[in-house]
Amino acid sequence: MYVAVKGGERAIQNSYELIAEARRGDPAHAELTLDQIKQQMRLAVDRVMTEGSVYDADLAALALKQAAGDIAEAVFLLRAFRATLPRFGYTEPLDTSRMRLWRRVSATFKDLPGGQILGPTYDYTQRLLDFSLSEPASSAVAAESGDGKAEPVPGVLSLIEQEGLIEPQEPAAGDPDPTDLTREPLRFPAARPVRLQNLARGDEGFLLAMGYSTQRGYSHTHPFAGEIRFGVLEVEIVPEELGFAVPIGEIALTECQMVNQFAGSAIEPPKFTRGYGLAFGHCERKAMAMALVDRALRAGELGESAEAPAQKQEFVLSHSDSLEASGFVQHLKLPHYVDFQSELELVRKMRARR
Amino acid sequence: MLEAWAARQAQAPFTWLRPPESGLVMVRARAGGTGAKFNLGEMTVTRCALRLNDGVIGVAYVAGRSHRKAELAALVDASAQMPGMGERIERELLEPLRVRLEAEAARMQRKAQATRVDFFTLAREAGA
Repeated sequence: MYVAVKGGERAIQNSYELIAEARRGDPAHAELTLDQIKQQMRLAVDRVMTEGSVYDADLAALALKQAAGDIAEAVFLLRAFRATLPRFGYTEPLDTSRMRLWRRVSATFKDLPGGQILGPTYDYTQRLLDFSLSEPASSAVAAESGDGKAEPVPGVLSLIEQEGLIEPQEPAAGDPDPTDLTREPLRFPAARPVRLQNLARGDEGFLLAMGYSTQRGYSHTHPFAGEIRFGVLEVEIVPEELGFAVPIGEIALTECQMVNQFAGSAIEPPKFTRGYGLAFGHCERKAMAMALVDRALRAGELGESAEAPAQKQEFVLSHSDSLEASGFVQHLKLPHYVDFQSELELVRKMRARR
Repeated sequence: MLEAWAARQAQAPFTWLRPPESGLVMVRARAGGTGAKFNLGEMTVTRCALRLNDGVIGVAYVAGRSHRKAELAALVDASAQMPGMGERIERELLEPLRVRLEAEAARMQRKAQATRVDFFTLAREAGA
């Protein structure tokens, strides 16, 4: 039980000033601008947007600046701000096959319609510290090729879907609207749409560890990265006063289609199954981890026994949110004097009785 | 670009039906890309509605939190419905905007295409 304390207003006020000073650092050096953060720390901005669950690069950059680069704190700030905004409704479901692609790779098909586009990636860099970056340099300019015409590139998995070798992904009858975790509490068992919403805003580190555990044998899902794509997509809404769909802007997204083995059952022949990951901005590790965990959590519906931690939805979904996890862990820092005094008394009594 | 266009127009007097207001829309996606709908996360959007003094209504929903951008978009929406204005707005504003956005998209596309790769599978030697 937590018993409230009061007092310390002056000290708290002064600590606000001290954190502001510590955040700013040595005033002899130029202060960071939000544009600098957006342009040069884009992957941190994207992660804050994804886990903060609000697509707005300016807000994410501001949160990062205020949090002095602490991702979990920035996520907290963004979530707190979102709670102050009214909700206007829902977008039309995204059709990711229409993304304008900046990157698209498949580890399952070498030759595929639309090709393999490496895009901006650290994958093939040698991870040697580049000391030339320690001093500001002239801008980097990338090579260009082709006529710049872009056709929508269909997902890779449609290739084997046509042969019936992989489970299709179709909406349930009537295409029902999913439960919204920002409106309703998480309940178990959670349907896949609810799980995906939870995973989409879940902490990357947690999902990475969970996904990794499935690869090391804690659930046998034999993943292949069927396709990873990063690009931009137009978002449409149907405003109440108009009654037809209008585009409101473009957002950047990372999508991962994981392909997993499935041995078949008494009623179904062997075929591949899927795990799905989707994130705001360029969050590839997150999208991949999400896809691994999504597939592991489908154990029940695919008739697999759920024994590993990554297959247990109560375990995964209850612990994925960095806001809740960080809040509960860090609340231990708050004064627990009354709590602890009573425990202390108890231990003293028990020892006296021996 | 919207701002530059607006500066060239005669000020059209209007009244707000709904002054600019920033809020959120929940972005929906589909499991596996084509399956059940799920809520991915929210995005900021600003909306407004106005009526020009001759009765035409303009509505805007624009990603982000700029009230000014939403106001200009609603003004363009209303103006485009005025007799003879649709064509002019298309020519003077929408077409140049489209050209600029397409040029930017084409530039990104060419940069992406420059990283297009052909992977070769190395054949294993017999018995390997």
